[in-house]
Amino acid sequence: MKITVAGEKKDVKDGLTVAELIVQEEVETPEYVTVSINEEFIKNDTFDTYVLQDGDDVEFLYFMGGGR
Amino acid sequence: MAFTNEQLERYSRHIILKEVGVKGQKKLLNAKVLIIGAGGLGSPAALYLAAAGVGTIGIADADAVDLSNLQRQVIHTTNDVGRKKVDSAAETMRAINPDVTVNTYHEYVTSANILDLIKDYDFVIDGTDNFPAKFLINDACVMAKKPLSHAGIIRFKGQLTTIVPGEGPCYRCIFETPPPKDAVPTCKEAGVIGAMGGVIGSLQAMEAIKYITGAGDLLVGYLLTYDALKMEFRKIKLPPRGKGCAVCSDEPTITELIDYELPACELKQGNEE
Repeated sequence: MKITVAGEKKDVKDGLTVAELIVQEEVETPEYVTVSINEEFIKNDTFDTYVLQDGDDVEFLYFMGGGR
Repeated sequence: MAFTNEQLERYSRHIILKEVGVKGQKKLLNAKVLIIGAGGLGSPAALYLAAAGVGTIGIADADAVDLSNLQRQVIHTTNDVGRKKVDSAAETMRAINPDVTVNTYHEYVTSANILDLIKDYDFVIDGTDNFPAKFLINDACVMAKKPLSHAGIIRFKGQLTTIVPGEGPCYRCIFETPPPKDAVPTCKEAGVIGAMGGVIGSLQAMEAIKYITGAGDLLVGYLLTYDALKMEFRKIKLPPRGKGCAVCSDEPTITELIDYELPACELKQGNEE
């Protein structure tokens, strides 16, 4: 199936979970990433069970603490 | 208030813009912006807001200028090393534009002082370097209904969003709670390219100017991310405000400000990053 990850179209296997996508995308500090799917945030404790659907638009939002 | 000839000349490139004009420039001169943190983000924000003629600029920072700051904190010079950052920043702003009244606050923001600090300002710029401060500033601005530019930078990346309480999502809508101490690297540990503060801090100043003048569309409901290595900006649409948010939903569960603990390494050095 085809999904969009951070603005890029990707071919991924059917039944891919968010947790698997996080590994595949080598997301930094995966425990603290916020995931939005089709402009809705999903709870971090559902990453393992959340199965992505064809056409999903996935964004990873990262903590960025610097500034001074 | 009529402009002096000097002001007409100083602000001529603003006044000629149809989105600003005489009216917008007057709004800038009457506006009050608070910048929290006189560092990588706060420096360019303060420089541009002073140059733009924002009439009152507050600057809050408890630190002194360190040699390691000068790679990015462009409001301070080599001669300022050892001085209070707020004094150095205020001197530079006054030198750029005598129209600007600068208020300095040589203190850390805490749950005890932040509401008092922000109450007289129209817009707040978060230029801090740690999550406890970023959550505190977000929560206080939501509670006091103050518009806020939130930003963060690390390595070759930066991001920002504009929070107008009641109109769009807040920082806590995106991130429910600060990461555990030392779980996410700071600039001191991971480094940051100096010009990143220039890019993102200038965008924060731009949002403040747009908010004050009413020009264009604010970055409310979006997170703008910048990856310098890929030379890529992305404007990520955020979900609507407050859906289950602990602070900005209609039934908030956080109604008092929280002082989260700073990582031990930063506490020892007095919040210097």
